Amino acid sequence: MSSSESPTGAGPGTSGGGAGATVVPEVPAVRLSGITKRFPGVVANSDITFSVRGGTVHALVGENGAGKSTLMKTLYGMHQPDEGTIEIEGRRVTFASPADAIAVGIGMVHQHFMLADNLTVWENIVLGSEPASGLGVLRTRDAIDKINDIAARYGLGVDPRALVENLGVGARQRVEILKVLYRGAKILILDEPTAVLVPQEVDELFDNLRELKSEGLTIVFISHKLDEVRAIADEITVIRRGTTVGTADPKTVTNRQLAEMMVGSELPTPELRESTVTDRAVLELAGVGSVDADGRAVLSDVSLTIHAGEILGIAGVEGNGQAELVDAIMGIRTLSAGSVHLQGADITHRSTLARREAGIGFIPEDRHRQGLILEGSLWENRILGHQTRAPSSNGWLLTRAAARADTRRIVDQFDVRTPGIEVKASSLSGGNQQKLIVGREMSGEPVLLIASHPTRGVDVGAQAAIWEHLREARANGLAVLLISADLEELIGMSDAITVILRGSLVGRYDPRHVTPEQLGSAMTGAGGEGLDAPAGPDLEAGNEAETRVEP
Amino acid sequence: MGRSGVRRILLGAAAPVTALVGAAIIIVLLLLATGHNPFSAFEAMGGAYSDPGVVTGAINQTTVFYLSAVAVAIGFKMNLFNIGVDGQYRLAAMLAAAFAGATFMSSLPGFLRIILTLLVAMVVGAIWAGIAGWLRVTRGVSEVISTIMLNSIATALIAYLLTPDRLAILQGQNVSTRPITAGGQVPNINIGTGTPLFSLILLAALVGIAYWFLLNRTVFGFSIKATGLSETAAVASGISVKKMMFSAMLISGAVAGLVGMPELLNGLSGSYSLNFQTGIGFTGIAIALLGRNHPVGIVFASALWSFLASSSNALQSVNVPKELVTIMQGIIVLLVVIAYEIVRRARISLEQRDVARQLAVGADREGVPA
Repeated sequence: MSSSESPTGAGPGTSGGGAGATVVPEVPAVRLSGITKRFPGVVANSDITFSVRGGTVHALVGENGAGKSTLMKTLYGMHQPDEGTIEIEGRRVTFASPADAIAVGIGMVHQHFMLADNLTVWENIVLGSEPASGLGVLRTRDAIDKINDIAARYGLGVDPRALVENLGVGARQRVEILKVLYRGAKILILDEPTAVLVPQEVDELFDNLRELKSEGLTIVFISHKLDEVRAIADEITVIRRGTTVGTADPKTVTNRQLAEMMVGSELPTPELRESTVTDRAVLELAGVGSVDADGRAVLSDVSLTIHAGEILGIAGVEGNGQAELVDAIMGIRTLSAGSVHLQGADITHRSTLARREAGIGFIPEDRHRQGLILEGSLWENRILGHQTRAPSSNGWLLTRAAARADTRRIVDQFDVRTPGIEVKASSLSGGNQQKLIVGREMSGEPVLLIASHPTRGVDVGAQAAIWEHLREARANGLAVLLISADLEELIGMSDAITVILRGSLVGRYDPRHVTPEQLGSAMTGAGGEGLDAPAGPDLEAGNEAETRVEP
Repeated sequence: MGRSGVRRILLGAAAPVTALVGAAIIIVLLLLATGHNPFSAFEAMGGAYSDPGVVTGAINQTTVFYLSAVAVAIGFKMNLFNIGVDGQYRLAAMLAAAFAGATFMSSLPGFLRIILTLLVAMVVGAIWAGIAGWLRVTRGVSEVISTIMLNSIATALIAYLLTPDRLAILQGQNVSTRPITAGGQVPNINIGTGTPLFSLILLAALVGIAYWFLLNRTVFGFSIKATGLSETAAVASGISVKKMMFSAMLISGAVAGLVGMPELLNGLSGSYSLNFQTGIGFTGIAIALLGRNHPVGIVFASALWSFLASSSNALQSVNVPKELVTIMQGIIVLLVVIAYEIVRRARISLEQRDVARQLAVGADREGVPA
């Protein structure tokens, strides 16, 4: 959020069309007019008009499924539009394949990295366009020199001889960008580039992008993270339901305005009504510790209590032990120290199944990996995690009719948009998949719900619905552990917030008084104490726990 | 529902039909290229079945193939590649044969003898597969490697045990286990073709039904399928993946133990000898692939395999090498695997479009999906 410098792209030292770019209408680097792309039964893009000035970062925002990817695939030649034209630097082009797009200087960095782990950086970069001598001998030195050149010019620091498997996520992304630049790209498409990065890496990426921009490259940046978009973009185009709904100036637009453009209606607000917190402890963690395969502590001395009717939010930069904490409570990860009690019963050594049967519901962070069997029908997915209990089974045999009937109940009650319960989970949209999971995890009368990023990657309609279900569950006396990267959600939906940093809980905050900035600095370890830290009686772990971690 | 039901059936049939047609075309080209007449070759193959004895023999072989393929399929459902069905069934058949032929057995009632023989075979198969399962679960040893090695060990062990001083007797030039005495075998079904029909076809049917029931009706089978489709989701759902792996290997091995039983309990010799049929475990892998691990699909796949094999001798009468059948089988498996993958992808994207379309229509009618 700190990039108020050179927002128009006509920054100092811009070589190409920098001069007066904001005033004189010059030839745009990319111009898409009237693009329509139909798939049988659906119109993915309809009459999209979109133009990008050279030497700028242009953000394309929209909800999941709004048609951003379809549009970019069109621009990258992965499919052809049914109607409309593409102009690059004023020349009209048609792309039969990505090779044609690459030939005119378009490069795409995919959201999921496409690198061979067991090859070095330079091998990955030249793969497919290897420089070879007349005899077919690979010219290693030339390749490395060229890569070093490009890296130096754009400030993309990476060692060409390093093995990709030893690189961090940020460095891998730089390799992906180098790969595209090596092929001579002047227009870069970045598809959700920050999805896999931690905030520090996002900052590095943005520095790189500014460097690329100042060298005259044009960047199309696809995202739905509005803070980031406002920080890096020179111009924003919003698409909704397959068509462009307008452009916005990142200097003046607010997140809320952008989000409302994306959604086409007013946004729901995460908020709780009156407190329903009781004094009945449901989940108690005492001194929980856990180590990874190398013996490094990933959780140390974590103590917390969640009461019936209470939502406890966990704030933290991703990778600071949230996933491990969830796994520890679910019994997926073994503990090196401490104990876990559920409603007074010691479940430290109970299996995941026993914990689920004791009433823990689990909305996992990654619904495709942990929450669903994508190739299974909706009712089979209803059974998942409840396979030993009614209405899914009688313990040994599946009770299919009852499971189906209950799936219909979930579909109705949780507004899962689907033509039926026999369709595969993979055919539902992300929001509907998530509503199915929420419905499933709230059935069977749970006493504790672990909600890990419950609204990540879902549309606002589903988000509002999920928040409402959480509120209802809380009113009914459910204890909820809420983990989220969305601080607004966390502050709005929690009765109390604790911050996790390098596997320790480092402060407890009252969501009524804390600001996202205060949470943010606590999450990076820069901030001081929590507002009402040193913590309640359940959190004496506090800061001294940190001294036991030797990172 | 009706329209998509029809489509599901058509899509289901599309893969094997295109694969078979494709294989036939390739074979024709192959025959032409090697200077043979395709029509006379196919005619000879078809002609082989004019002998009802050949047909019965092929059905008997189908029974054996079926058991082997089901054993493999149980592992496949869990993403376990049990290559060791071969060793499991040979060792199981040898020990079960030695047990069934042992002199003390003659005094027991026939029914009990048969049940005990089957039990021994299943237990031996399960133990042999269980070793691989145990190594996988406790030490992370790939079951592919361990079962291949266990196949070799089984071969050595059988050679060691199948000597006259140990579990075998010398019969002419052949060593074999002591033949099962009267009453210890299962009577065949005489259908008047000269070659009697193996009555253990009923056992194979029972195994098929049990396999279907296990997968589709039990919590255990659900857990197996869930683990096979997504191990991470299974773990999060409280399914103990290790327990499932070990159990799946045991069951796979137990079914593998039955593979040799039709030959032992229905066959002429009533013993395990050097002539006992080998290699069926590997055939089972191909058949399980062909039948997509489906209890009914495997029936057709085993029958196809067995009928093709039975016609190979007839090819020689028209001077076509009988290895052509092996090539044919290989081509069919390859094409089927490819065709199934294409159909699978088509099915997923068709369904996604269907859902999108039905929801679009539903939204127009105020959110009531059709």
